Amino acid sequence: MGLIETEDLSVLYGDVPAIKRVNIEIEANKITAVIGPSGCGKTTFLRALNRMNELNGARTDGKVLIDGENIYNGNTDVNMLRRRVGMVFQQPNPFPMSIFDNVAYGPRIHGIRNNKLKRIVEESLRKAALWEEVHDRLDSSALMLSGGQQQRLCIARALAVNPEIILFDEPCSALDPISTARIEALLRELKKDYTIVIVTHNMQQAARVSDYTAFFLMGELIEFDETTRIFERPKDKRTEDYITGRFG
Amino acid sequence: MTLRKEYIEELEGLKGEVLKMGELAKESAKNAITALANRDAELASKILKGNAIIDELEFDIENRCMRLLALQQPMASDLRTIGTCMKIITDFDRISDLAGDIAEIVLRMGDEPHVKPLIDIPRMSEISQGMIADCLKAFATGDIKILEDFSARDDMIDALFDQVRRELITITIERPRCIANAGHLLFVALHLERIGDHACNIASRIIYMITGEKRKLE
Ligand SMILES: Nc1ncnc2c1ncn2[C@@H]1O[C@H](COP(=O)(O)OP(=O)(O)O)[C@@H](O)[C@H]1O
Ligand SMILES: [Mg+2]
Repeated sequence: MGLIETEDLSVLYGDVPAIKRVNIEIEANKITAVIGPSGCGKTTFLRALNRMNELNGARTDGKVLIDGENIYNGNTDVNMLRRRVGMVFQQPNPFPMSIFDNVAYGPRIHGIRNNKLKRIVEESLRKAALWEEVHDRLDSSALMLSGGQQQRLCIARALAVNPEIILFDEPCSALDPISTARIEALLRELKKDYTIVIVTHNMQQAARVSDYTAFFLMGELIEFDETTRIFERPKDKRTEDYITGRFG
Repeated sequence: MTLRKEYIEELEGLKGEVLKMGELAKESAKNAITALANRDAELASKILKGNAIIDELEFDIENRCMRLLALQQPMASDLRTIGTCMKIITDFDRISDLAGDIAEIVLRMGDEPHVKPLIDIPRMSEISQGMIADCLKAFATGDIKILEDFSARDDMIDALFDQVRRELITITIERPRCIANAGHLLFVALHLERIGDHACNIASRIIYMITGEKRKLE
């Protein structure tokens, strides 16, 4: 059984479905990549996993089960859910405050202070492979960091509230190749402790980092399989055409 | 809409070169046995010269593959095609080398008469020719049904090789003065048997290219 399972999951903006009846099982401690042409519903799918779509007025049908519990049932605490299912976006979006305060932001909301807070900040920065670069300037502004560092800071910020699942929406698309390689190495490290779902438009990145790959086309989940299988011998002609660049 | 037009053309070009190399290797192997049967030194020398062209083609194809891998990051069937090309050109090269070895034997044999009429050796050659031809056809068309009986065909070659070997050993025991020619023919038969093995390798790679399934034919 997957840690995350969806049952006929659809998301509609007005009357227009962005994803249609998606059924998928996402395994714990694996990296699952979501690929497909732009507008196919990758971001919408990802945001459905922690109920972020309702922030822009979308309607969701079907179920998303995490550990067997439907997160769309009436009694889900959405704040708890978003703590459990963290998210990192395409554009690094550090808050305009110090490096320390960025990472401490979530834990502080949960009432953590003093030494425990310091420990969590350090641990999170270490896990995000940023500690060595910033430990002597935790008080300087996060906005002074490079793009790649800012993205790792955002990952540290997500880790600080101790999530189980982390959603990444094209986390490298604004980064240079070296920063990208760092984030990829970090993802592989993180999957030991977390379950990762990553949207990427970079197929080679999906092939490099993920264990499973889901291919979406016009809101439908066309194929979902082990990544090696998807990239070596996909079953569906549409997957084949997309990943070989015959259309896009 | 078809994207990556140039890339797709390059892939087609690559396949064309591989077919050309395979065709040349097949021709070498065929000519080697013709030269043996007709004691045609001229044809034998031509084979050896032709092998230089095959070697060059191999490098050229390898370079094309490397360039496609590095620049285009091929996936799925494209990736399998390129991987297959890189593998099977080694087998084609080995086939042409073995044909070259047979040609050298022909040159060394001079005019000495064969210890026995050539029956099984041309038969072995014919079967392996057919296998290489079917590999090329399957590679070009994707029709892998014609590769299905390769194990049986390879068994036939092996059985013929066994028969030739036993016969030549008997001849050598009975007529020790014939050992040189018998030895030459034994090597020819051994080379033909190896060519059959290479054809099987090529066939399993082509099956992988078309279906994505790795299956060993032998
Ligand atoms: N807030 C929104 N309001 C209306 N339509 C949207 C909104 N967000 C996305 N869409 C539409 O939903 C579809 C899927 O979008 P999205 O999930 O962002 O795709 P992807 O991430 O694969 O590029 C697109 O057709 C897009 O235009
Ligand atoms: Mg998106």
